[in-house]
Amino acid sequence: MLAEDIWRLDNPQILPARGEGDRDAQRRGGGGDPRAIRPTSIPLHRPSGGPPPRSGEDLPIVFVEKLNNAMRLTALSRAAMALGLTPNLTLADARARVPDLIALDRDHGAEARLLARIVAGCVRYTPMAAAEPPDGAILDITGCAHAFGGEARLKADLAQKLEASGITAICALGDTPEQARALARFGHKAKDLPGLPVDALEADPAVTLALRRAGLKTIGDLASRPRKMLAARFGDLAIRLGRLLGEQDRHISPERPLPPVFGLRRFAEPIGRIEDALACLEELAQEAAQILLERHQGGRRFAARFFRSDGAIARVEIGTGQPTRDPALLIRLFRERVDALSDPIDPGFGFDMIRLDVGQCEALTARQDDHLAPARHEEDLAELIDRLSVRLGARRIHRVQPENSHIPECAASACAPSQMPAWDSAPEGEPPMRPLRLFDPPQPVGAVMSEVPDGPPMRFTWRGRTYGITRWEGPERIAAEWWRRRDRGGRPRDYYRVEDEAGHRFWLFRHGLHETDGTAPDWYLHGQFA
Amino acid sequence: MTCESPPLSARRRAAGPVPKIALAQVEPVVPPSRFALGVSRLDAILGGGLAEARLHELWPAQADDAPSAAGFALLLALKAAGPRRAIVWIEQQGRQGRLYPPGLAELGIDPARILFVNAPDEKALLRAAGDVVRSPAAGAVVIAPAGPAPLLDLTASRRLTLFAERSGTTAILLRNADPHAPSAATTRWQIAAAPSRALEANAPGEPAFALDLVRQRGGAPSYGWMLEWDRDRAGFAPLSRDLAADAGGGYLAAG
Repeated sequence: MLAEDIWRLDNPQILPARGEGDRDAQRRGGGGDPRAIRPTSIPLHRPSGGPPPRSGEDLPIVFVEKLNNAMRLTALSRAAMALGLTPNLTLADARARVPDLIALDRDHGAEARLLARIVAGCVRYTPMAAAEPPDGAILDITGCAHAFGGEARLKADLAQKLEASGITAICALGDTPEQARALARFGHKAKDLPGLPVDALEADPAVTLALRRAGLKTIGDLASRPRKMLAARFGDLAIRLGRLLGEQDRHISPERPLPPVFGLRRFAEPIGRIEDALACLEELAQEAAQILLERHQGGRRFAARFFRSDGAIARVEIGTGQPTRDPALLIRLFRERVDALSDPIDPGFGFDMIRLDVGQCEALTARQDDHLAPARHEEDLAELIDRLSVRLGARRIHRVQPENSHIPECAASACAPSQMPAWDSAPEGEPPMRPLRLFDPPQPVGAVMSEVPDGPPMRFTWRGRTYGITRWEGPERIAAEWWRRRDRGGRPRDYYRVEDEAGHRFWLFRHGLHETDGTAPDWYLHGQFA
Repeated sequence: MTCESPPLSARRRAAGPVPKIALAQVEPVVPPSRFALGVSRLDAILGGGLAEARLHELWPAQADDAPSAAGFALLLALKAAGPRRAIVWIEQQGRQGRLYPPGLAELGIDPARILFVNAPDEKALLRAAGDVVRSPAAGAVVIAPAGPAPLLDLTASRRLTLFAERSGTTAILLRNADPHAPSAATTRWQIAAAPSRALEANAPGEPAFALDLVRQRGGAPSYGWMLEWDRDRAGFAPLSRDLAADAGGGYLAAG
């Protein structure tokens, strides 16, 4: 049910106990024993080395949150409780009492994710499982218990599975969700329903206090009173009481994954023409679009499968850069994909079934078209990118993003065409300092002549032609990235912008320095300017 | 399959000529909007600037001038696309090096606006170019084949022109040599590098181009233009102040 990478802490006092209940519902969760749960993937918070603790049982671990401008404990491990720490204590006080305290930031998101996983695992018992944030779950097991040998056995099985995954949980059975909830959270204080304290109603604290002052300490006391008086004095308390006593039922909203979107066509007679198959695919695309429209979703990946009558299956997949449900676009992409297949689809003896699956759905709300041109262009551009990706392959279409490197060939990299990276504009009043065309790797040039060894080049030969330089600027020295290199070395490059008699502008560099032993550094052509 | 072939071929015969008639009948009804290069005499010769939503063809005078031709093509695409719309660069990779994004930024072209498309061969290049020019998404597209590109003939250029007229995308065909072949492009240019105006300490200056307008539809050719690109003003300017006066016919009337 749960992966083992979960450890949990128990903090009996943090989340004050609450009630619960439901006729066939069974409530599991932190009734009198609520928990805070975190994944172990936060080793940064651990104070020192050693393996991560599998369980927080033995360590004084507390979770802190910033409340009213102070760091306060909001969840504690049992060990921390045993040391006398309590929730709502400030972290400073707690540290003063227990110097080797382990304090971690409370992560409600991780707790919610864990709860969602627990609820997903409970679907094995009933399809009607719902989370009750922050720390509970409700299962409506009406009609499901017999499959596990009765309600009690189902409860025992669930408790055992949770225990095995390291979750401390209290399970209770009730006639209504509120009843199960109350029994789980307050059942340790009383044996039966009337004996539960009035806190089990989980009403406003002021109401609970008022009830206690009036001498109504248990549910049984309250149930014997006329409801009308309770309603007149305490508002919704009568409804709460009715639900807890099983007189009123409330429906739970179970978590159910949406079924996948797909369309299917079977043919009595196999169809032999690929055109007809594609026409059928278009109908399926329209059906899928209708389903997606109702869900306010669009698909990113679509897979068509053509089942041949002799058992072979041809599979064609397309992906789009943005979620879409436009059947015309889909069918055009599918046609292009089919046309571009190196191995064309062979109908053989014909297809007897065609299936279209929407593999990845994302939210896509209906939008009213406006007459603003830019929005339209963006949409067209996304469509164009999709078409080119289908035709040439997604790797051949890209944009470029700047990289944080001085090495010229590493200063830019390809990124997805849907991104719009930000580039700095060039400083004003200067000619281009970087070439339009870059050679990667740089091209060696020969016969470089300089007036002085460390001076600018006066003439060089490249691809069999000699260029005489009339204008130059430099050097611009770019050092090797020695901090990335194991030998901490690397030769610097001295870049020159040069122009020949005809106006061709080049970006040359001298790789390294003149050494004392007389070896001359090599020259390379790294790029050409416009 | 055999029983289906006759009707299929019959349909092809029936369907074949129809698009051609349709193509022949499509003529631009509205005169194109134009973008000015920024040199008033050259713009006057062009009838107010280069036409948007048309095909323009460029090639370098010599192999060494290829970067200048690529730069000029991109600057034309920048002017044609306006301030907002995307520029598509479709290239068939050869030995010319790759387009360097920081260099684009230095020319005043935001690299983020450019969608790079890398075509494996000439056929794929032509199909991708057709897709881009047919779509109204991009403001301008530069099509750069690597070789002599025999597939990019009169018919292909006519198709690209018609697509461009319908979609509003300006197409710029960047060849790597003089094709010596007819083309339906609205203008055809030969580009060479020109010596730049030197800066202090004899440093190379702003990008400079030597242009020959080899052909334009409904207009006379014009040779020997020397322009430089002024990034800060985002426009071309006559290269030399001395030559600005007679830049009307070019500094060499005979070309």
